[in-house]
Amino acid sequence: MSKIHVSAVVNGDPVDFLADPRESLLDCLRDQLGLTGSKEGCGTGDCGACSVVMDGVLVCSCLVLGVEAEGKKVETVEGLADVGALHPLQRKFIEHAALQCGFCTPGILVASKALLDQNPDPTETEVRYWLAGNLCRCTGYDKIVRAVMDAAQEMREAV
Amino acid sequence: MPKDELKSEFRLIGTRPDRPDGLDKVTGRARYGADMALPGMLFAAVVRSPHAHARILKIDASAALALDGVKAVVTRADFPTGLTGEDWNLQENSMAGDVALYDGHAVAAIAATSRLLAEDAAKLIKVDYEVLPHVIDVDDALRMDAPVIRAGAGDHTVPEGSPPNVSKYIEFGHGDLEAGFAAADLVREQTYKTEATHQGYIEPHACVAQLGADGKGEMWVCTQGQWYIRRMCSAVLGLEASQLRVTPSEIGGGFGGKTIIFMEPLALALSRKAGGRPVKLVMSRSDVLRATGPTASASMDVKLGMTKDGKLTAAHVNFRMQGGAFTGASPVGEALSCALACYDIPAVMHNGVEVLANRPKAAAYRAPGSPMAAFAVECLLDEMCHELGLDPLDVRLKNAVHEGVKASYGPTYAKIGLVEVLQAVKAHPNLLAKLGPNQGRGIASGFWFNHGGETSVSLAIGEDGTVTVSVGTPDVGGGRASIALMTAETLGIAYEAVRVNVVETGALGVNEPSHGSRATFASGKAAVEAARSAIREMCRRAAKEWGIDEEAVEWKDGAAMPAGPNAGKFPPMSIAEIAAKMGGTGGPISGHHETNADGVGASFGAHVVDVEVDPETGRTTILRYLVVQDAGRAIHPAYVEGQYQGGAVQGIGWALNEEYVYGANGRLQNAVFLDYRIPVASDLPMIDTVIVEVPNPGHPYGVRGVGETGITPPLPAVANAVAMATGVRLRSLPLSPPKVLAAIKAKGRA
Repeated sequence: MSKIHVSAVVNGDPVDFLADPRESLLDCLRDQLGLTGSKEGCGTGDCGACSVVMDGVLVCSCLVLGVEAEGKKVETVEGLADVGALHPLQRKFIEHAALQCGFCTPGILVASKALLDQNPDPTETEVRYWLAGNLCRCTGYDKIVRAVMDAAQEMREAV
Repeated sequence: MPKDELKSEFRLIGTRPDRPDGLDKVTGRARYGADMALPGMLFAAVVRSPHAHARILKIDASAALALDGVKAVVTRADFPTGLTGEDWNLQENSMAGDVALYDGHAVAAIAATSRLLAEDAAKLIKVDYEVLPHVIDVDDALRMDAPVIRAGAGDHTVPEGSPPNVSKYIEFGHGDLEAGFAAADLVREQTYKTEATHQGYIEPHACVAQLGADGKGEMWVCTQGQWYIRRMCSAVLGLEASQLRVTPSEIGGGFGGKTIIFMEPLALALSRKAGGRPVKLVMSRSDVLRATGPTASASMDVKLGMTKDGKLTAAHVNFRMQGGAFTGASPVGEALSCALACYDIPAVMHNGVEVLANRPKAAAYRAPGSPMAAFAVECLLDEMCHELGLDPLDVRLKNAVHEGVKASYGPTYAKIGLVEVLQAVKAHPNLLAKLGPNQGRGIASGFWFNHGGETSVSLAIGEDGTVTVSVGTPDVGGGRASIALMTAETLGIAYEAVRVNVVETGALGVNEPSHGSRATFASGKAAVEAARSAIREMCRRAAKEWGIDEEAVEWKDGAAMPAGPNAGKFPPMSIAEIAAKMGGTGGPISGHHETNADGVGASFGAHVVDVEVDPETGRTTILRYLVVQDAGRAIHPAYVEGQYQGGAVQGIGWALNEEYVYGANGRLQNAVFLDYRIPVASDLPMIDTVIVEVPNPGHPYGVRGVGETGITPPLPAVANAVAMATGVRLRSLPLSPPKVLAAIKAKGRA
């Protein structure tokens, strides 16, 4: 099957790649663009490890075709930190020990940022339901929820 | 015991610094199994049996091989023959021989120039099967007329006349059972069942493997144990172990399931057949669920005798477990040994059988065997407490094991902390929370042996006095941080001055995996010994420079100094000063230690859970959850809490939702995360933890190991809480909403 040329903006950088029409955006990010921070845990949209934001919408990149990224803006975990400065969520995840194996962490960080972008003051229940599509098998979610709440508070106070 | 081993005040131990690998893991830089790519790399796909039990009549790969870009196909014919014992089991599980033994059993594998091409070509491999009768359920597999999975598979322990699928029989105990039950005021006997569950690590198995015609190979792989991968792959493929270099990637969860091989030998075999080109093989989630280590399913009889004031007088457990179609895969031995380990009972008897079934080869899963055993014993104990009107926590305290007691499984306990754990439970405010309608509280204890094992650690002093520690235990959840803390504490230097690297198989002596709750215990113990060895050498260098006896030099606060006024008057010589000069004072300074780590400290915990059960749907909500466990010493308390919380939530999943669901055709019906439902954030409250510290005298800082015990109490604790909330006792897991609802309705009708 012939490949299709795709132009997109990923983490602010213009990119071009050739996608097989059957390839997911996740495969293209990982295999074509070398952005292996987004992970495949299931390939069926159940685990959230591949979470990215496409044109402002939080998506499972395993459920988006690479060719659908044409002309879109994609944000991945690799784009969370400014040069030299971690996003408050990244800092709080380390500080609260909110990761053990770290495999789900990129997707959870991307999803959490998408939450805080639209709801800067979420309740614990709102955090838990927002992250219900991001599986973590190591932590039991306790420290993850605390880290997100703490980051939200710091970001509110910084405004 | 040297004085310093009794210390309880520390500079660094017990603090919560940032983990050294934290930055890599929040930025997406950390490299896991599937994140590796090599020049010239091929991609593999695996053809798997769609049948639970089927004779493989013919495999025709000609159409696949005819495609441009397809480089190799391997079947069992590409593997050496004549293996025996566990090596044969591993080979047979990696690739089916004459018979496919479970749904998902690998039958052939293919390598091509792209992943999509490999997947397309795999569909062209034609396999002819003769479908055979199959058996899935543990009790069905034990029938005399069950389909025979492997005639003569049973070992010497199997009594004559046993059903044909029995592969192992175990019996042990002590005390006068008859007298024990006669002394009881209440004797009860019940049967309990648990379904198979999966470890559920979010990272699927992945590797990049390369193997040349010269028998030299390399592998990048997500694993808990790179030496286990090396040994097992070498055995299965007939290689020399030292010619295979295995580098562990970061690991995206394992929980015991990444201690053995599954598809790794296939990638090596494909590479060899494809002229030595590297081959990448990544499992899909459904491959993971169908073909990698679930745990065993169990059917368990328990009989307990208790006096009217709550003293246990006798116990008899009789367990049946299937661990798939392979001998020795079930944890029935561990389950029996753990079953009664929490209690001081005068007479105990254990019987168990392992039986083969058409399921994947069970792998270790966090305290293998102990959660099932706890479900059976802790539930019956709870039932009897309620029948006698006794407080279930007081009864556990009354019977709790302590130092000097002969364990149910044989040895006499050294210093242990179950009594301290139960006292901490008793003092916790969660027990004062009032329960409303349809709510219940459950309590249970849990046990795991913990493990030491083969361990080799090296430590090198850098040119500037900073320190590198090489360990062989992959970091599954903060191991680098805890080993850096212990090393820095011992050397008297900053935590940040230590870098801990998890290294490949060529860099150290053989290490067992990060299993058995051993990484912080065993690699930590060896790192402390390696640091002490480096300290001795640094003291020698200082002594030489000062012209005094090396015995007259002591190490304090990261520097060599004269030991007392008689040694002479010299200013302290720091590790940085010694390191800067080491080239001229005798060369590099390093420390090394290898051991079969002894001094393991047994681990006990107790959990309390409050639940609410919706009487209209049967759905259970966790309202409150408390984990109390003896860590010995919490080196990095945040990661100890994390182990407690993660173990508890895995156990909650096992109790409430998780199970392997098979169709009548023996195919797994729920091989995706949508249907194999592990707990999600919205299912849970915060998980409260209390770290009890009864130091283990067998470790320089008192560590016991904390990874496994936490998954053991949730199964019975949740079941006990649901029984209290609903007034009905369910004796089989999971307590899924339909099952609970049916039980509530049946009670209403009664």
